[in-house]
Amino acid sequence: MKVCIIGCGAIGSLFAAHLGRLEDIEVWAYDPYEPHVNAINENGLRLTGLSDIVVPVLARSDAKLIPECNFGIIAAKTLHTRPAMEATAHIFRDGAVCSVQNGIGNEEIIAEYVPRVILGTTFPAGHVTAPGVVNHDTGGKTWISPFLPKPASMDEVNQLADALIRGGANIVPMQDARGALWTKLIFNAASNPMGALTRLPHGVACDQPGVRRVMRELVNEGKAIAAALDITLDSDPDALLDYGREKAYQHPPSMLTDVLNQRVTEIDALNGGIARLGEELGIPTPLNAAVTDIIKGLEYSWREDEWRNLKP
Amino acid sequence: MRELKRTCVVGAGSIGSLFAGHLGSVAESTVLVRRQEHADCLNTNGLRVSGKSSLQTPVLASTDPAELGDADLVIIATKTTAVEASAQRLEGHFQNATIMTVQNGLGCEEVVARYGDWPIISSVTFMSGKRHSDSHVEYELDTSTWLGPWVEGRASYPLARSIEDLINRSGLKAEAFPDLRPAQWSKLIFNAVVNSVAALSDLPHVEAYARQKELHDLGHLVHAAMDEGKRVAAARGVELHEDPWLMNVEATSHGQTGNEDYAHVPSMLEDIRARRLTEIDWITGSIVREAASAGVPAPINETLYRLVKAREASWNQRGS
Repeated sequence: MKVCIIGCGAIGSLFAAHLGRLEDIEVWAYDPYEPHVNAINENGLRLTGLSDIVVPVLARSDAKLIPECNFGIIAAKTLHTRPAMEATAHIFRDGAVCSVQNGIGNEEIIAEYVPRVILGTTFPAGHVTAPGVVNHDTGGKTWISPFLPKPASMDEVNQLADALIRGGANIVPMQDARGALWTKLIFNAASNPMGALTRLPHGVACDQPGVRRVMRELVNEGKAIAAALDITLDSDPDALLDYGREKAYQHPPSMLTDVLNQRVTEIDALNGGIARLGEELGIPTPLNAAVTDIIKGLEYSWREDEWRNLKP
Repeated sequence: MRELKRTCVVGAGSIGSLFAGHLGSVAESTVLVRRQEHADCLNTNGLRVSGKSSLQTPVLASTDPAELGDADLVIIATKTTAVEASAQRLEGHFQNATIMTVQNGLGCEEVVARYGDWPIISSVTFMSGKRHSDSHVEYELDTSTWLGPWVEGRASYPLARSIEDLINRSGLKAEAFPDLRPAQWSKLIFNAVVNSVAALSDLPHVEAYARQKELHDLGHLVHAAMDEGKRVAAARGVELHEDPWLMNVEATSHGQTGNEDYAHVPSMLEDIRARRLTEIDWITGSIVREAASAGVPAPINETLYRLVKAREASWNQRGS
């Protein structure tokens, strides 16, 4: 069996490393960052932290050099979903691609490029410490299921889950994993923009007067959308916020890191996705819309040549 | 009409310097400041106004109100965050004066009234200036200052008219209203949104604030938040003088100076960039408090308010 990781950053590398342990699986990786690709090809992909292993991965920054594969696992930032799929679609002419990205809207884009799609959501976290080296920060489950209306078969979902489980990952194959996806989505849509706008780590932000209440309102709007879509959350995102406050008090949400580095955020797939569905379904989501607009305003502030009307 | 011969401006930032520099041409202009070297500089050099006016005015400045003699009109031109301290210094002085507040937001008049029985005039100013030094201010936007008797005090409309007349004769622009609240609230609702959104987004007040083409254009947020403010005003029985949304569209359509490249940095964004405490409690905070006492929901203003407060708190955090 051949599997290709699309976007081999921190999360993609965790998946690549699990599969790379198995003799019966050939692991390919597509990533545009050449120093990382070269390091993986020369020294293998190395995990530190919770895992301590080195596995062989065939990494390429040119997707044309990757053969057809049975499965894809896309872990690119949501912003890069479309360009990543444009580059790799030929690899999955008869394959199934599984998203383990944040937020909503990724599977819909993937479905434009490949015949069968697997929806997924993942909790483990890591960060790239050097080219070819990823620190495994936290563990956690990954839920996967066929994505409608362009599903992979349940057999395929089980086959991918089986391989990952044999490689040591905590995978839950399901008929419908949207509950897990939405639980994480709603959690992220409350914690990430609040961190980015207050410039505070998650726990500290929670403890500022009124901020936790705004988070709860963001969560409630998300829950209303999930309910309208007939999605049963698998846990309460609001309780997860408290859990996160306990376990990761000083953890800067990724959107805060993005904003501090003036990188375009994943707001469109998080609060933006919730507000977009709210608009379509006629369910009020004023705070998710407000937060989206401010973050997009913040991203716009970095493009001074545009708002100053300067001609190049 | 009451004759106003002697004025005292408290706080010589850009707005205070504009008042003191102009009033010197029609009255004896005195200035109460915090720093001794600021007072010394003003006493030696007077105040120079450039830009829309060209003036060189002698002023009497001090850090001690007792040294300034009496005044007919005292204008408190400090930031809202310093009004309490200013009013404390005025206690027992300027017994015959009328006091005018020019701060953003609501509530400064109450603070002043706690320290003396002066007639109080409320005002909001739309003029702007740029302070180049302790004794030089540039007059940028020559827009009006609106004023009127504070509704809970004993100042009269004719008194407000006297002040309007004095300010107009000095070369600045003023307009007196029997009831200032419609104008005050129009600016309050405008500022509550534009300032806090700028503070959070780091984006100066540019055309994007009025854009509503795509789903997530910033204009939607600005519009929705201003609608909340308008509902609060209505619940408080205030009929607005101008629609804050139209003020926003107008201000961003050609730049407040008519200069296409002009991108106004609202004061709250300046404060955030300099890591100074902002006026959020007086501006967006006023909307939130008024909404709560009127029983009208204002969740977007409350979110903006909480985020700016938390942002201020982030400066005291390790590693931020």
